[in-house]
Amino acid sequence: MSVRRVKRLVGTVLSTAALLAGLSAFPATASGQQPPEPPEGFVAAGDLPAKEELPAAPFVIGAYAVAWVLVFGYLWSIWQRLGRVERELADVSRRVEAGGRR
Amino acid sequence: MNNVARSVGSAADKRMKKLFAPAAVVVAAMFAYGLVLIADAPTESTMGLVQKIFYFHVPSWFAMFAAAFTCGIASLFVLIRGRKSADRVALAAAELAVVFGLIGLITGPLWGRKAWGVYWQWDAKLTSALVMWLIFVAYLLLRRYGGAGSEKLSAVVAIFGMANVPFVYWSVNLWRTVHPLTSVVPTLPPVMRGTFWWCVVMFIGLYVLLLAARVRLEKRRAELDALFLAIED
Amino acid sequence: MFLRTVWLVVRKDLLIEIRSREIVYTTLFFAVSCVLVFAFGFVREGRPVEDAAAGILWISIAFAGTLALGRAFERERQSETLRALMLAPVERPALYVGKLLGVLLLLAVVEAIVVPLVALMFQAPIFRHPVLMGALLATGTIGFAAVGTLFAAMLVRARSRDVLLPILLYPITIPVIIGGVRGTAALLQADVDVPMATAWLSMLAFFDVVFITLALWTFEPAMTE
Repeated sequence: MSVRRVKRLVGTVLSTAALLAGLSAFPATASGQQPPEPPEGFVAAGDLPAKEELPAAPFVIGAYAVAWVLVFGYLWSIWQRLGRVERELADVSRRVEAGGRR
Repeated sequence: MNNVARSVGSAADKRMKKLFAPAAVVVAAMFAYGLVLIADAPTESTMGLVQKIFYFHVPSWFAMFAAAFTCGIASLFVLIRGRKSADRVALAAAELAVVFGLIGLITGPLWGRKAWGVYWQWDAKLTSALVMWLIFVAYLLLRRYGGAGSEKLSAVVAIFGMANVPFVYWSVNLWRTVHPLTSVVPTLPPVMRGTFWWCVVMFIGLYVLLLAARVRLEKRRAELDALFLAIED
Repeated sequence: MFLRTVWLVVRKDLLIEIRSREIVYTTLFFAVSCVLVFAFGFVREGRPVEDAAAGILWISIAFAGTLALGRAFERERQSETLRALMLAPVERPALYVGKLLGVLLLLAVVEAIVVPLVALMFQAPIFRHPVLMGALLATGTIGFAAVGTLFAAMLVRARSRDVLLPILLYPITIPVIIGGVRGTAALLQADVDVPMATAWLSMLAFFDVVFITLALWTFEPAMTE
């Protein structure tokens, strides 16, 4: 039993050492690629020229609509299923009590 | 026999039932106020109106990671202790991870279409989030179609998924990235930051509520099964 | 005792495989067909699309690996030998390591054929940095097989196991595929990027350590009732 424990301890130490080695080695070697310039931080809306392209409103409304539909759809489905299970539970318990002790 | 019928609906259940309605009202109120806050928040310059999707997009990812984390921890308990209650929480959390992840995955491309011109650009954050989402979809598929004994198997999948988070992030990040840097959040002006954190709290609250509801559903189902089994005796 | 068990399991699998050669031949043929099918998709006017070689190589390994895993454990299931193995008074992790080594040997044979084939068909200079390339292939295959062996063993008693194995395996091994493909591509491209390849290699090695450890911990709880 103690041999197993020793083996386990050695295994844990080795894996932790490897983990730490990996943690230190990987970020060092991966510094290479620089990502393209993403927008940094926040810039307040001044009077910027209105851009041509796609109207933003449908996207925003669409996004919020999707979030609402999914959340409330899920809530509703739980509600339905819960109702069904509760009804069946009540039904079966009634049958059990009616059947008396067996 | 009657003991089984009486054990259905314990004191803890009644307490949870009492808390549920007020909690739901609170979250609904937060939702409504959140919308007001979002509408009032200043518009960002480079991206304009569409940036407001940010208030739902990022918090829903927060909720998804909360769900994923919950599922991972619960799965550890399933595997190590074999507790049924942990298994119910893991299943509920996985479902919620898929739901909130879906919200993030749909709002993200909608934002991207307007802001970057394309729906999908293999950007690091969205892609690694997609991979995590896929792992939880796989979890649910395993639970549904794996037959008996898939509780333990799916627990292993969830644990492996959790362990995978840094790897997925590193590999996809090293592969490419165009996503705004995470430093966007601290550089937000106070008004936007307030709205943002309000939405985060709201989504987390929503997550907890839905988790509680879903776990309750599983618990009732388990009680029903136990009742059926007791009858057969 | 641990190593002896591992050796016994590997020897058993090797003996069966040497006698029937079923999995080796079928997996090899499948991998070669994979490469061909992808070639038809990605070679335009006799010249392959850039970076196609790396992607095709790793995808073929992944597909062939999934097939081999499925077959290896199907064999165990048919003869109920897995239950017999679990009943034996040996350390469970040793069984896992034994099966893993068997799968790795099989994949090594497959890769020994497929890698030169890809080099040939896509005019990819795979032997320019043999050590680094070999290390990438090794760590990538180990990562894939480590997760795959555990999942295939877990799924032996599940329903729909054939389709569930890829469903579970691919999302979790995506970092391995990304690492393998990008690392290999870094070595195959015109201006070789050795630091990048080394970065991917260290990620793959790290993945291997973490996931083999995880698999060793979870094998016993997952396989027992």
